[in-house]
Amino acid sequence: MLTLKDLSVTIGKKEILKKINFTFEEGKIYAVMGPNGSGKSTLAYSIMGHPGYKANGKSKMTFKGHNILELEANKRAEEGIFLSFQNPLSLAGVRVYQFLQLAMKGKKDAFAIRKEVQKYAKELKISEDLLGRSLNEGASGGEKKKMEVLQAAVLDKSLIIFDEVDTGVDVDSLKTIAKFLESHRKNKTYIIITHYNRILHYLKPDKVLVIADGELKKVGDHTLANEIEKSGYEKIINSQN
Amino acid sequence: MQQNTDLNFDYKYGFSMPQNYTFKAKKGLDREGVIAISKIKNEPKWMTEYRLKAYEIFLQKPMPAWGGNLSKINFDEIYYYIKPTEKQVSSWEDLPKEIKETYDRIGVPEAEKKFLAGVSAQYESEVVYESVNKELDRLGVLFCDMDTALKKHPEIVKEYFGTLIPSSDNKFAALNSAVWSGGSFVYIPKGVKVTLPLQAYFRINAEKFGQFERTLIIAEEGSSVHYIEGCTAPVYTTDSLHSAVVEIFVKKDARVRYTTVQNWSKNVYNLVTKRARADERAIMEWIDCNIGSQLTMKYPSVYLYGEGARGEVLSIAFAGEGQVQDAGAKMIHFAPNTSSRIVSKSISKDGGRTSYRGLVQVMPQADNASVYVSCDALLIDEKSRSDTYPSMKIKNSNVTIQHEATVEKLGDEKLFYLMSRGISKSDAEGILVNGFIQPVAREIPLEYSIELNRLINLEMSGSVG
Repeated sequence: MLTLKDLSVTIGKKEILKKINFTFEEGKIYAVMGPNGSGKSTLAYSIMGHPGYKANGKSKMTFKGHNILELEANKRAEEGIFLSFQNPLSLAGVRVYQFLQLAMKGKKDAFAIRKEVQKYAKELKISEDLLGRSLNEGASGGEKKKMEVLQAAVLDKSLIIFDEVDTGVDVDSLKTIAKFLESHRKNKTYIIITHYNRILHYLKPDKVLVIADGELKKVGDHTLANEIEKSGYEKIINSQN
Repeated sequence: MQQNTDLNFDYKYGFSMPQNYTFKAKKGLDREGVIAISKIKNEPKWMTEYRLKAYEIFLQKPMPAWGGNLSKINFDEIYYYIKPTEKQVSSWEDLPKEIKETYDRIGVPEAEKKFLAGVSAQYESEVVYESVNKELDRLGVLFCDMDTALKKHPEIVKEYFGTLIPSSDNKFAALNSAVWSGGSFVYIPKGVKVTLPLQAYFRINAEKFGQFERTLIIAEEGSSVHYIEGCTAPVYTTDSLHSAVVEIFVKKDARVRYTTVQNWSKNVYNLVTKRARADERAIMEWIDCNIGSQLTMKYPSVYLYGEGARGEVLSIAFAGEGQVQDAGAKMIHFAPNTSSRIVSKSISKDGGRTSYRGLVQVMPQADNASVYVSCDALLIDEKSRSDTYPSMKIKNSNVTIQHEATVEKLGDEKLFYLMSRGISKSDAEGILVNGFIQPVAREIPLEYSIELNRLINLEMSGSVG
């Protein structure tokens, strides 16, 4: 579904990602793990098409057979990619419903969107009050993450990247989010970027990718996540070399 | 929210109809010209004299040396009076075809059907179309153009006209006083609350023609009214001058809200003097949105004369390429327990310039006054500019004052966030700008805020091509 070939990404003059090669397959769950500053979020932003993240000339990125490297973020979204932000922004004066309606581009009418939002909000235990406000205004860290998940569900994209959806979230909320993701995973590919094993107890990854120093160091099955939890990144990364 | 696929934005109201006037004054202004205007209108002697005196003051007054570049205004190249049709008509069908078409394009009749209590649409100098709701008549509300008011209600006009903004106030107030034509007259009797907004549209349709409308609103004790003024004008290559004077009298316990959505085309100098007087416990609210014009200089003010009076100015200014919006507010506290609130939101884009210029003055006798000033500027790009000139003269120590000012840039991260949801860059900019002005925009009646929203989206999308 998504193929990265020799993906090297620079921010300013600094090379963050170095020749990443990987193919994400449809309908599977991937965990992307790695120490702080290893390039996990850069990978997420690069896939989504942040204009500040430049892929070098030899990099290739194809999604459903299309080259998407030249596309702006909104076009990549139209192709079927969604990014749940590590630090979701609050947008003053931008109403949740109005925002989602614009993002849906008339594919669903306002009433249908509203019904869907309310349904998902209930499942995610998001208060009605939050939906009536400007997006994420006055929301807690956990509430913001839930709003990201809600947006992902409403916009219904085929590839969803969750950038640390589990940080800043209490135990109960984490469980709620994980269960929600599990029950809505049909026809979807998840890339779950995380530091911890916690969320993976609820959402069993088909593959675990370990990124360190901007390189894809190791790929394994779900047991790799357990191993990381037990022995830390250093050992795993070094053992490979 | 409107989605725009057309990136090359043509000014929506930039069409012009063939000119078909029964009378067209010559260019430039002299004593005889002033007398001629008064004569054509068949005015009482005191008004002719008032005009002439104002004309003398206009000649003596220097041009304002601040705010914006006024050096291109050539007073000799302007028509000061044009009468578009023989006489006023009372029904829509009777209007000349071009005028009807022009209005149809702005949507006057539709707007009227929806929620108007009365329409007074000014086309050039004279009000040509006017329908006053029977209900207003029944309540004793007077709503007509100023020329008609001078004929029908001379005693009220004479009592108030020019008493709040004398001709000597500034050069453009003097000019307006000398050559004024049209504008609205609103009189709300004691205790009458007009729930539906009164609306008036203004347009300029003749090249080099200055529009000098004069508005007078009197709200008697315990009454209330919301007056809405919306401006659009066709694009012409030479500069046009719009210089209005608006005087509002808010009596004891009365409330007046005056909403403006100004969208003059980008060759218009918009130099307007607006002032209100608020008596005991009266409330005066100015909601002022400036999107168009080449240069706007406008500082709606409230003179808080009565104890417990409240004044508000909520404003939005948008300056695109080549535009200067020099707008602000003036609040003068003359009495105890008076309060004022100024909220200004400005957006600059493509090298446009916005300035907030404000004055809050608290007099020694204004004990326990409360002042709130908040001005936020949003810069869309590096080329654009925003300045703040807040001035406070506080002569009483028992005062509560709050002042906030922010400048922010439309952040790349916010844009990326919205775009990652499938929203195009121009729509994302539009949604962010509309979010920014939301605290003021929500005070505007729905129909206008939708129009404002569209205008801003159009302005935002203009840059992307």
